[in-house]
Amino acid sequence: MTTLLSVHGLKVAYGGIHAVRGIDFEVASGELVCLIGANGAGKSSTLKGLMGLVPHGGSIHFDGERVQHAATHTIVARGLALVPEGRGVFGRLTVAENLDMGAYIRRDKPGIKADLARAYEHFPRLAERRAQLAGTLSGGEQQMLAIARAMMGRPRLLLLDEPSMGLAPLMVQKIYETIATIAGEGVTILLVEQNANLALKVSHRAYVMESGAITLSGPSAELANDPQVRAAYLGE
Amino acid sequence: MLDSLRRRPRLAFALLAVLLAALPFIMGFGLGNSWVRVLDFVLLYVLLAIGLNIVVGYAGLLDLGYIAFYALGAYLYAWLASPHFGLHLPFWVVLPIGAAFAGLFGVLLGAPTLRLRGDYLAIVTLGFGEIIRIFMNNLNAPFNLTNGPQGMNLIDPVSVAGFSFGKTLHIFGLSLPPTYFYYYLFLAFTLLAIFIALRLQDSRIGRAWAAIREDEVAAAAMGINTRNLKLLAFAMGASFGGLAGGLFAAFQGFISPESFTLWESILVLCMIVLGGMGNIPGVILGAVLLTMIPEALRYIGDLQRATLGHVVVDPSDLRMLLFGVALVGMMLFRPAGLLPSRQRKREFAAEDGVAEQEQASLYDAKA
Repeated sequence: MTTLLSVHGLKVAYGGIHAVRGIDFEVASGELVCLIGANGAGKSSTLKGLMGLVPHGGSIHFDGERVQHAATHTIVARGLALVPEGRGVFGRLTVAENLDMGAYIRRDKPGIKADLARAYEHFPRLAERRAQLAGTLSGGEQQMLAIARAMMGRPRLLLLDEPSMGLAPLMVQKIYETIATIAGEGVTILLVEQNANLALKVSHRAYVMESGAITLSGPSAELANDPQVRAAYLGE
Repeated sequence: MLDSLRRRPRLAFALLAVLLAALPFIMGFGLGNSWVRVLDFVLLYVLLAIGLNIVVGYAGLLDLGYIAFYALGAYLYAWLASPHFGLHLPFWVVLPIGAAFAGLFGVLLGAPTLRLRGDYLAIVTLGFGEIIRIFMNNLNAPFNLTNGPQGMNLIDPVSVAGFSFGKTLHIFGLSLPPTYFYYYLFLAFTLLAIFIALRLQDSRIGRAWAAIREDEVAAAAMGINTRNLKLLAFAMGASFGGLAGGLFAAFQGFISPESFTLWESILVLCMIVLGGMGNIPGVILGAVLLTMIPEALRYIGDLQRATLGHVVVDPSDLRMLLFGVALVGMMLFRPAGLLPSRQRKREFAAEDGVAEQEQASLYDAKA
């Protein structure tokens, strides 16, 4: 497997607060990697750093090319897509318009049309509600929309920021089934989650983050059995 | 009747064109020539409201200093076409320069405020508007640029092919004051602005603005160059303001900082909020109403004088009172504006359905 994303010494600071203190990690092509940790561990800041949404230090290579200090839109153009924390759907645009915005960087109309049809196939709920304002959807539907929208850009690496946040357990389960399906289609995914149990079940490898640093890493199945992880994140 | 017109858009369009063309004559002969002047101001405010709507309605950037761009356009016109510097360039040269000049200042305002949103942006833009006005008020020394509070006068009227708009024309036994010619000139620019604004709304740029308005982080994550598009919104909005300012200077022949106070910025903002933010017909309606109603209220003074012998309530006080009442009433009964944009209308109509859907989707997840 080839390395798609490699990160060395990534730092993110807001004023004097160091949210991410120089972390290293890698994501190989076709992998589903998760980054777990408690609230405030620096997971979301890591993703924001990768997307160029916050100033950051260290080196980021995507597909062999350095990408840091690039503007967010050029990073998106290289094939990274973010499903932001709290979903970030465009509330006063319709479901269809939201999906359309997902394909903003693409110009191939037939390809976009085909992907739109596929998105509706994946998420029949969204097809039913295509003319409805995204802000009037339920939380779970909004999360589906956010994921479907990110997929419309045909990303090579999908970054998911806490897709389970604020959702009912059944909805979470459904979202995770969707993530597994997308991963099964060969899309590389970096998943950030507080819900360690779920994230470890669905992912191949995992990194554990604590106070801005990575403290543990390894195959997800191993981490799920690690007594330290079980104690800290799985409530045992 | 409206329905049958809707089915025949060409006929409706032709009727509208005839009405717009005949309007100054209808108003002028029906109500007096002062109403033609009111019509001219209506068009200037429509132009301003359309420009501000690009910034506030499309891109969601609250701008409380918009009138500064109107001022910049007006002063630039005065600098290039008045005895002040002895320059007398023709209007078709000055107006584009004025629009570009205002657009440049739009970028100058936009660049340092890129990270600001909502109330913070509003305060900075409010400050910007005041700074421009105070500059205009004080730049008469050491070098006399603006003639200070006295303002600049003897500004050249618009003249087309040797025909000056500044004089009353006597033709076929009619005497047509300059307000008639300016009406058609302003109408042409307003129609152009409406056309541009409508095309922008449905364009790639317009969709990107809508995304930025809704969620800037998510918009950036879609690959939208949020910095450039926000600057473009500021620049486009500002250049519409600059164009309106240039037209205003030529029309009045005199400008002073007094015409560009914070109240004017608030008034234009009220027009788009009242009419329906983001929706061009709504914005036009807002500008028309808020310009015409205060003029109509002047008759209340005459009415008092006729019936009571003296003025009990000053119409200009009444105007502010009615403004306040109208805005509060609107927030209660039509929160999205008189003619809301399709999106806002749906938003306000659909809020009740959310809880119900949450239930439905949970049920869905079980299946």
